[in-house]
Amino acid sequence: MKTRTIKVERLTRVEGEGALTLRLRDGAVAGVECRIYEPPRFFEALLRGRHFTEAPDITARVCGICPVAYQMSAVQAMEAACGVAVPVPLQDLRRLLYYGEWIESHALHIYLLHAPDFLGYESGIALARDHPDVVTRGLELKKLGNAIMTAVGGREIHPINVRVGGFYRLPTRAAIAGLAERLRWAREAALETLRWAAGFPFPEVERDYELVALRPALGYPIDGGRLVSSWGLDLAAREYEAHFVEEQAPYSHALQSHRRDGSPYLVGPLARYGLNSERLTPLARQAAADAGLGPVCRNPYRSILVRAVEIVHACDEALRLAEDYREPDAPAVPVEPRAGVGHGWTEAPRGLLYHRYEIDGDGTILAANIVPPTAQNQRTIEEDLRVVAGEHLALPEPELALRCEAAIRNHDPCISCATHFLRLEVDRG
Amino acid sequence: MSTTRTTRTRRKPKLAVWKFASCDGCQLTLLDCEDALLAVADAVEITYFLEATSVQGRGPYDLSLVEGAISTPADAERIKAIRRASRVLVTIGACATAGGIQALRNFPGGETFLPIVYPHPEYVETLATATPIADHVPVDFALRGCPIDKRQLLEVVSALLNGRKPAIPTSSVCLECKLRGIPCLMVSGGVHCMGPVTQAGCGALCPSFGRGCFGCFGPMETPNTAVLATVWRRHGAGRRELVRAFRGFTGYAEPFRTESLAHEDQNDQG
Repeated sequence: MKTRTIKVERLTRVEGEGALTLRLRDGAVAGVECRIYEPPRFFEALLRGRHFTEAPDITARVCGICPVAYQMSAVQAMEAACGVAVPVPLQDLRRLLYYGEWIESHALHIYLLHAPDFLGYESGIALARDHPDVVTRGLELKKLGNAIMTAVGGREIHPINVRVGGFYRLPTRAAIAGLAERLRWAREAALETLRWAAGFPFPEVERDYELVALRPALGYPIDGGRLVSSWGLDLAAREYEAHFVEEQAPYSHALQSHRRDGSPYLVGPLARYGLNSERLTPLARQAAADAGLGPVCRNPYRSILVRAVEIVHACDEALRLAEDYREPDAPAVPVEPRAGVGHGWTEAPRGLLYHRYEIDGDGTILAANIVPPTAQNQRTIEEDLRVVAGEHLALPEPELALRCEAAIRNHDPCISCATHFLRLEVDRG
Repeated sequence: MSTTRTTRTRRKPKLAVWKFASCDGCQLTLLDCEDALLAVADAVEITYFLEATSVQGRGPYDLSLVEGAISTPADAERIKAIRRASRVLVTIGACATAGGIQALRNFPGGETFLPIVYPHPEYVETLATATPIADHVPVDFALRGCPIDKRQLLEVVSALLNGRKPAIPTSSVCLECKLRGIPCLMVSGGVHCMGPVTQAGCGALCPSFGRGCFGCFGPMETPNTAVLATVWRRHGAGRRELVRAFRGFTGYAEPFRTESLAHEDQNDQG
């Protein structure tokens, strides 16, 4: 019996730090371990004893790439716990902020992290040397996402304006209207991004993922709804933990999430799109069709196209919200704590982000549970790696390792989030 | 100018970016310098920056930017190797400069954190504490903030690469409010604000939104935390609120650390 181990010690162009070990035995893949050596940070523990109003700011610090996602899931859970519904105009303003994060995060991933894999560059910066106009377009898109977050949230990383019940201060109508012109440009830039990426060479892969994403009563998911899956799930937030469990692997600092029956599943752009593509704005739907995407996409490499479609959608929706914006009557509604449990879930750029809190009558947090997208995708990423490694066993080690890294980047893992993910080591013995 | 300098071939300074326990936000700040990013990438050789590039160049590095706190035995060793390979080492952000939010486990009760999150604590290699980089190796400059400020980052990088001292104020957020003409939230509205003891750098962001400062940039030079606590109490803050306020993202930094412990010691429910 011949065993080989291939290792990638440090994954690059992902958020946070991880590694991968691949064990090959008798010409077959014997084991895949995505290891998150990113140090543990203990958020669920340090939230205990904090005030319920602190949850959005504290949990934002789980991830500098998607702080708004954490803030949105946290406020939703706390408002549910306290029995408060935030008026629609404030919900719309939160959604505008959230679309800003989608645009920023997707533009970052497409241009600086993912596209270099298809075009043979080591980085977006190296890509910029040969294609400055392309990368500049990406950076401008990213900048617009940041501008939205700054206009509504005060700053792009860890916005300060979000609170349980609404906001601290409402942006002026002029400040939001000022985004509209740039959003019209961004929508065109997003369409160009999609046309550009549609020309990339994509491996022909079709994966049998169980797609899991939110589906609201109306529209494409972002800030709530029921949880549905391609295999027939249809859940309310309070039912989530009865169907999904987090487990700890001895090789990783990230908990791994899977269905109660042990099966892996996929959250994120491919899942959102596959379950909700008919709910995109007409412009985004047409752009997806023009780029050759059907109503469902199960090719993880083509997730870059789905992200671009989601930028088109986000710009379209953000533009509508910006044009319709009128300053609501008050920046927030009062929220009085009451003893109980609240659940919140939203669609972070990388997929479903679930929060549950138990608070007491004083508003002190007694227990917290946070399930980030990358913890949920970890097993699916490992399954993808088995497939990719199995197909390319004959390749020399450095090339096999590159293929594996690219397969990981397809899912835009956020390791910082999941610590609570990953080293590529290939073990060939 | 010495002969050696004039005859030496000009090479771009090597920049490295390192991550420890943190959220990635401070290194993202570098990528968020959209307008300046390609110019910076042109002025320096980005030798090591895992999030941005697959190139992993060897040291020595002219400038290392370090994000995150030290919380595992392996990281305690890794930071020493990075220090040895770096001519100038700058810590960026609250985690690297003060331990960050994960440093809350350094306070009483922190020993319970591991089993709360991990069903198998024995699989996790961790130190009992999360500590700032300066507790482990000498640091040449500490850039504060949760997250750091983009303009301050560009100032520090350009200053240090040009051999001058970065112009980063160590005064309080109060001064920034005065400069912006923001009426004092505490005086005018009784809002509980950490501004008087917190280092400037954000441009008085929270006060400009009508929200009290919550200490992202850590303690200013010689802050009077005890007096601030007294004023807060006068405005109705209880002890538990004071403990939480001083024990935030920069709560492990002195004297915020001592101040929060002082209010915790007293056995009342206020």
